[in-house]
Amino acid sequence: MLQVKQLTCVRADRPVFQGLSFDLKASRLMQVVGVNGSGKTSLLRILAGLLKPAEGSVSWRGMPIEQQTSDYSLARVYMGHANALKGDLSAMENLHWACLLAGRDPTQPVIAEALNHWGLNRRHHLPLRVLSQGQQRRAALARLSLLLDAKLWLLDEPFAALDTEAQEALEHLIARFLDEGGSVILTTHQAFGLSPRITDRVDLDRLRASC
Amino acid sequence: MLKVFKALVKRDMTLAWRRRTDLLNAVLFFVMVSSLFPLAIGADPKLLRLIGPGVVWVGALLSCQLTLPRLFASDHADQTLEAMVLAPTPLSVLVLAKVLSHWLCANMPLVFIAPVLGMQFGLGPEALGVLALSLALGTPSLSLIGAIAGALTLGLRGAGMLVALLVLPLYCPVLIMGCLAVEATVSGLSPEPYLLLLAAFSLATVAIGPWAIATAIGIAYE
Repeated sequence: MLQVKQLTCVRADRPVFQGLSFDLKASRLMQVVGVNGSGKTSLLRILAGLLKPAEGSVSWRGMPIEQQTSDYSLARVYMGHANALKGDLSAMENLHWACLLAGRDPTQPVIAEALNHWGLNRRHHLPLRVLSQGQQRRAALARLSLLLDAKLWLLDEPFAALDTEAQEALEHLIARFLDEGGSVILTTHQAFGLSPRITDRVDLDRLRASC
Repeated sequence: MLKVFKALVKRDMTLAWRRRTDLLNAVLFFVMVSSLFPLAIGADPKLLRLIGPGVVWVGALLSCQLTLPRLFASDHADQTLEAMVLAPTPLSVLVLAKVLSHWLCANMPLVFIAPVLGMQFGLGPEALGVLALSLALGTPSLSLIGAIAGALTLGLRGAGMLVALLVLPLYCPVLIMGCLAVEATVSGLSPEPYLLLLAAFSLATVAIGPWAIATAIGIAYE
């Protein structure tokens, strides 16, 4: 599904990693590891299509992602460090907008269910800024519950700032997504319960550009 | 696509409403600038009528300038702009929705207040109508040009200053034509050519602006 060939990433005129190639098939879970500054976030941003690689190509179903029309943007979901939510909007409004933007249109009850699932009962209509950091993160992750019909999740440090309960919920969600034929690429430093399901691993330290 | 467009206009207007003091600031600034001139200059009706259109237009322009830096900066800061770049909907459609809601929230109030402020300068009813009309036709291009500059300076320090420098020369044609339209009415001539030029300028920026903004945002993320 996702093919990466000879990818080289350069940030601020400094090569970060080079010669990265892999082929990610359906229902696979890939973990990207590497020390801080090894280019994990840059890699995910390249795969999402936000950054252009210095060299190499990323193809989705045989076609380079920069030539894709809306197919790839409907199929992949990118979640960065930041929650990408508006503090002045409620969790409900935030999620509805995020889904509309991603090309889906869930009804209010569906969104409410996703929020309840993430333990945000009775907080659907509060402005997000009054919630705690952890709760805001949960609201951001609730987006994934509504995007199970996507094909590829790119998750940058999804387990950061989560308590054990939320971490388990996220692990279940990822497992379900994998069972339904989706693929996941994630970066994390933490140990997590899905380790037995990791099928591919990319170690960016070994691809570190010598300079 | 239309659905996302409408939803974004609604979202931005909701956000603006929840931060309404920011917008009120800009409107208040407009009112203050335009009201202080008659006080400072004195009550010579001929002189006031002469400078009136210019003062009101400059006030509107600066007030628009005040609200511009936030147009993309806040979405950039909390990374909701990133989601828009990645969305299946073309970015130019999304930025047009953002600019439209900026215009509705920040510039449309100016159009309605301007005639009231114009009265302080002794402008006749006809001139006041043309003043409002010229602002209604001219301000969309102010929003769009400002948005291009805002997108070009995304993520830069001191972006506000840079936006002002980039934008003011481009605002000049709009300012000149807007003032000429009102002055023509005051001196008994037809304002039509100037109003048509303003409309043409706005239409041209509507046609080119969204594409330029989308390209500028794309550059900011590379």
